[in-house]
Amino acid sequence: MTALLQILFDALSLGSLYALGALGIALIFGVMRLVNFAHGDYIAFCVFALLWPSIDAAAIVFAGNLPTIILIPLILAIGAGLSVLSEILVFRRFRNANPATMMIASFALGYVLKNFLLMLFSSRPKSIDLWSNLSQQVEIAGARIPLLQVITITITIVILIALTAFLKRTRFGLEMRAAAENFTMARMLGVKANRVIMLAFAISGMLAAAIGLILATQTGTVDIQMGMSVMLVAFIATVIGGLGSLPGAVIAGFLIGGASVLMQVILPLEARPFRDAFVYGAVIACLIWRPQGLFAPKSAKQRV
Amino acid sequence: MAQRSSLLARTISTLIILILILVAIAVVTKLAGSRPFERTVVEMFIRVMLVVGIYIFVGNSGVISFGHMGFMCIGAYAAAWFTIPAVMKQVSLPGLPNFLINTQLPIFLSAFLAGLLAALFALIVGRILMRLSGIAASIATFAMLAVINVVYSNWDSVTGGTGSIVGIPFYTGIWTALGGAILVVIIAYLYQISRSGLALRAGRDEATAAAASGVNIVRERLIAFVISAFVIGVAGALYGHFLGVVNPDAFYLSVTFITLSMLVVGGMNSLSGAVMGVIVISAIIQLLRWLEKGVDLGGTTLAIPNGLQEITIGLVMIIILMFRPSGLTRNREITWRLKGAGKPSE
Repeated sequence: MTALLQILFDALSLGSLYALGALGIALIFGVMRLVNFAHGDYIAFCVFALLWPSIDAAAIVFAGNLPTIILIPLILAIGAGLSVLSEILVFRRFRNANPATMMIASFALGYVLKNFLLMLFSSRPKSIDLWSNLSQQVEIAGARIPLLQVITITITIVILIALTAFLKRTRFGLEMRAAAENFTMARMLGVKANRVIMLAFAISGMLAAAIGLILATQTGTVDIQMGMSVMLVAFIATVIGGLGSLPGAVIAGFLIGGASVLMQVILPLEARPFRDAFVYGAVIACLIWRPQGLFAPKSAKQRV
Repeated sequence: MAQRSSLLARTISTLIILILILVAIAVVTKLAGSRPFERTVVEMFIRVMLVVGIYIFVGNSGVISFGHMGFMCIGAYAAAWFTIPAVMKQVSLPGLPNFLINTQLPIFLSAFLAGLLAALFALIVGRILMRLSGIAASIATFAMLAVINVVYSNWDSVTGGTGSIVGIPFYTGIWTALGGAILVVIIAYLYQISRSGLALRAGRDEATAAAASGVNIVRERLIAFVISAFVIGVAGALYGHFLGVVNPDAFYLSVTFITLSMLVVGGMNSLSGAVMGVIVISAIIQLLRWLEKGVDLGGTTLAIPNGLQEITIGLVMIIILMFRPSGLTRNREITWRLKGAGKPSE
């Protein structure tokens, strides 16, 4: 029972990260059919914003020393700002380009961001002490769960609820949902394209910042590559969930997180190093089974 | 039959021009006589093989594949298995079956077999994956790449794990690489004017109409997938013989993205685009490297700061795509008739 609870928390906290990432990617894909490969670099950028540029191994914490109450909004704002800025400077000019071109443009942008960080901070991973007191364990029904996991899951749930409320209850949210479902039709009905797209980028950037903060606290290190793996899984989750479906992206994020943790437990010892191969194999199986995704919106179905 | 020959006559100039460009680059490099520069050019020719290999599938089918560098991985490791001396293999790769440990094949035979192995793998996997289209297919090919990477990174006794396998004979020089690049360009050209290539492109542009005219899109895609896997497998083998070492991370995300970028920047629906994308991007990278090292201008050395090279190449790619969203060649083929010759690729 306790072991089971432990697995559940592991799965949920890993799934939380993937879900937040998938949401960030799905939001942008919904409004402009862009698969944003720079998303992983937004995550890294937000974490490095905590530090003062230096190429030493020891991190010089700068913004990270601010009181939490200022720090979190600041990092979220940096994420949103970076994301919106990339929209204005780059992606706006690709509105009519085909998806492959946009994808490569986003990859090139990520490459620029990554190498910008590389120039300022060097490629060595740095250790950082961010809310390390969160790594203590709490006891829940007999199982010892790291406090951070509980907080990660709670934060994710809060973000999801807040975002749902925003999307369902406000005018902006309505516009975004309409745009995600059928962008052309939404524009014809009076939705302002630029405003909706900027909003989507802002939220997506904030989600990236949130992931960055969680990752930095969890691992205690800052690394230029840190956003990459989350971004790739999130990207896969977005597709499995059904492109254009926000709840689908979130659920698929949790599913992949759950599958990874579960396979870590149930695979025989000698097969464990190959865990990711099984996870990706499951991804392929899932795609063959439901090419449109598990929760594809009706509008996304091909008509032929 | 008459139509086929006229298609050949209409398009053969593209092939000739591309080959001449490649040969010219090799000759100029040889004349320049600088060893480091020659290595850069060899690497560029291998990239031509890779990008044209991707083009055979991506360009003709319109399905973006993130998985093709997996075939490069398969090819490079197969070349390592076939050509490293038996004594070294016994120590570093004890898990190999006996007949593999005891064989040491000539390099060209081994490269050919490496390509075949990659093609065989593509045939098996492709039978499943080619049913998918659009972004689902892209993700599935990426998942395939990830599976290959995980397996080759962890199957220590056969692949040496994440460490590098050393001892692959050095062989690939500028002429071998040039030969490989030309061969691949010819294969790609022959495929795109073949019945299957034309059918696949019809399916890319107008899936419904093509299917209604009797094109079996899944089958044509599979053919393209297998051919491109063969080409990239051979390229992987030559790359192994160029570096003398292989390790799984050399065939993962960064090479996937750089090759795809070259293809898209060049123009992903034309063979000329694939070749020109590699040449232009490689040239810019080389230029920036020189600038990074410093240029002597009347006694003062001008150098751009380290790290600026990567940033610049990223920016250049974004700017090219901004002004030419369908690539430098605008998806057209280069032909004799320079003016107005560019009708959109068929």
